[in-house]
Amino acid sequence: MAEMTVNELYCKGCGLCVDACPKHIIAFAGHLNSQGYYPAVCTDQSACTACTLCYVTCPDGAITITK
Amino acid sequence: MGEKILMKGNEAVAEAAIRAGCRHYFAYPITPQNELVEYMAKRMPKVNGTFLQAESELAAINMVLGAAACGVRAMTSSSSPGISLKQEGISYIAACRLPAVIVNVTRGGPGLGNIAPMMCDYFQATRGGGHGDYYTPVLCPSTVQEFADHAPLAFEIAERYLTPVLILADGLLGQMMEPVEFPEKTPVPKDQSDWCVGPWEGKRTSHHVINSLFIVPEDLEEKTRILFEVYEEIKKNEIRYETYNMESNPSLVVAAAGTAARVTKSAIDELKAEGIEVGLVRPITLWPFPSEAVAKAASGAKKMLVIELNMGQMVEDIRLAVSGACPVEFAGKAGGVVFTPEDIAALIKEKM
Amino acid sequence: MKVVAKRPEALTDVRLTYCPGCLHGVAHRIIAESVDELGIKERTIGIAPVGCAVFAYRFFACDMVQVPHGRAPAVATGMRRARPGAIVFTYQGDGDLAAIGTAETVHSANRNENISVFFINNAVYGMTGGQMAPTTLPGMRATTSPYGRDVSDTGFPMRVCEMLATLEMPNYIERVSLLSPKEIVKAKKAVKKALKYTMEGRGFSFVEMISTCPTNWGLDPVSSREWARENMLPVFPPGLFKDRSAGAKPGAEKE
Repeated sequence: MAEMTVNELYCKGCGLCVDACPKHIIAFAGHLNSQGYYPAVCTDQSACTACTLCYVTCPDGAITITK
Repeated sequence: MGEKILMKGNEAVAEAAIRAGCRHYFAYPITPQNELVEYMAKRMPKVNGTFLQAESELAAINMVLGAAACGVRAMTSSSSPGISLKQEGISYIAACRLPAVIVNVTRGGPGLGNIAPMMCDYFQATRGGGHGDYYTPVLCPSTVQEFADHAPLAFEIAERYLTPVLILADGLLGQMMEPVEFPEKTPVPKDQSDWCVGPWEGKRTSHHVINSLFIVPEDLEEKTRILFEVYEEIKKNEIRYETYNMESNPSLVVAAAGTAARVTKSAIDELKAEGIEVGLVRPITLWPFPSEAVAKAASGAKKMLVIELNMGQMVEDIRLAVSGACPVEFAGKAGGVVFTPEDIAALIKEKM
Repeated sequence: MKVVAKRPEALTDVRLTYCPGCLHGVAHRIIAESVDELGIKERTIGIAPVGCAVFAYRFFACDMVQVPHGRAPAVATGMRRARPGAIVFTYQGDGDLAAIGTAETVHSANRNENISVFFINNAVYGMTGGQMAPTTLPGMRATTSPYGRDVSDTGFPMRVCEMLATLEMPNYIERVSLLSPKEIVKAKKAVKKALKYTMEGRGFSFVEMISTCPTNWGLDPVSSREWARENMLPVFPPGLFKDRSAGAKPGAEKE
């Protein structure tokens, strides 16, 4: 079971991971982080295949992926 | 002391730097200090040091910055216009508290000026030629021996206070040949591993950062406060000057540095033979300036005469130091024209 | 659960100061990943430029030095000569490297200086608010080319890789793109190769990375990448321009 987590301290809601995810299971959270951005969040961890494309495209090192 | 060798000033300071443990020298050709560059080109490979001719004086000072950041003794040299190109780099080296030695063998200015021995970079050297609140210690030799002695001294001051140090000589001193003796022992380079950058496996637990950017004003204010505490220390310990014939408590005292001081001494000797007593106070560190010594020299005199190879720069510091204790007059020559002893003797008689 | 991917060790835990979607952060990460994988964090010295990446001295966990605008390759030269065992890389933007620092770039390349130069090309001066850079495209607006860059007046965008490739000595020159995950993976290979060559003393490594500047281009991060793909890649085609030591035996020190 893969898990994709976003560190809200680093995420700036740039949306690049949302665009990169082949399973389209990343979206913006409904709340603002401390910096005033809508952080990215994985909407269906069960569908995550740990392909790491979100991690690769993230400019802020905000994403951690475990499997 | 070793035996005496007849050497050009440019080569003497280069040899002295190598004997002081300088193993990294970066520079660019410019008259009147080409012999310094060429000497380093010949000698550095023999002591497996680095000689590199940079693409500009500006690149050279940044190479010095890089080497100094790694904690090694690094040096560059140039002449007036080239030193102007190095000013931003020197400001960074001062701000980052890096030890380095810069030799300026001055020439006629401003602009391309000429290659004659004018000493018109006093302001640039003593007021911190680059941007920001900083100073660099400035050593001003007047003989080839002193020029050589200033190399190890400059490295010692640079490392003791973590600051760039400037040696300010003029083209005449660079080109002149005089006998030189090199000291047996010179100060061993200090270990800088507590702050320098470079491979640190097993030696430290975290990385080092060398930086002069402080976006928060209070941080830069604190950094500047520390820097100026160091400057106070330098002023307390590193002021150097020479007096000549002051024991005759002369009524007229000349203030002069470098070549101008040297010519003045000859004039003083000539006048002494004619029964006219004249004293000389010669600042050796132009920064920190020997204000007390100048004030003391002026206290017993009726008049002070400042002689420079420019249109009047050190005279301002002299007036500040004397602060009205006696009249201070100025005589200068521009264009790289040099006073003869006779010129100065006549001037003194006229001013007496 | 095994960690498959996480923030590299060679990045500090400081939040990056780049704008949302700016690919400087990607360039930082693939450099940091390469430093980790090559195990050289404690031998590496990174040099921060003046520009958006001036704060890089806060973001990398190896020794860092911040230097005057455009002078990083000269500082790196001094370091390399002082500590031959150090792996020195410079991180520079297009204003730093291709405008004020052109001479330092060209001459360190010409000396085949054993350093890695990472050049982030986003066709604009970011930190100072979007002025025209040497790599600004023809007709492209910037705050100092408000009517679009007029190449007859300010010259054509400067292709630094091609320019440096005409020099005899530089060992490795490649242009890569950060405009998609696939291209980022490829860019990472180039960065790691550059640092590996530096470790092996093979001389000058130069990797130009096509990047974006959403804030100053006035586009969101995703459409910035598309704009860059359509407009920048044709002018700055990614490719390998020089790889003199390709196939050379590993460990052959620079003579």
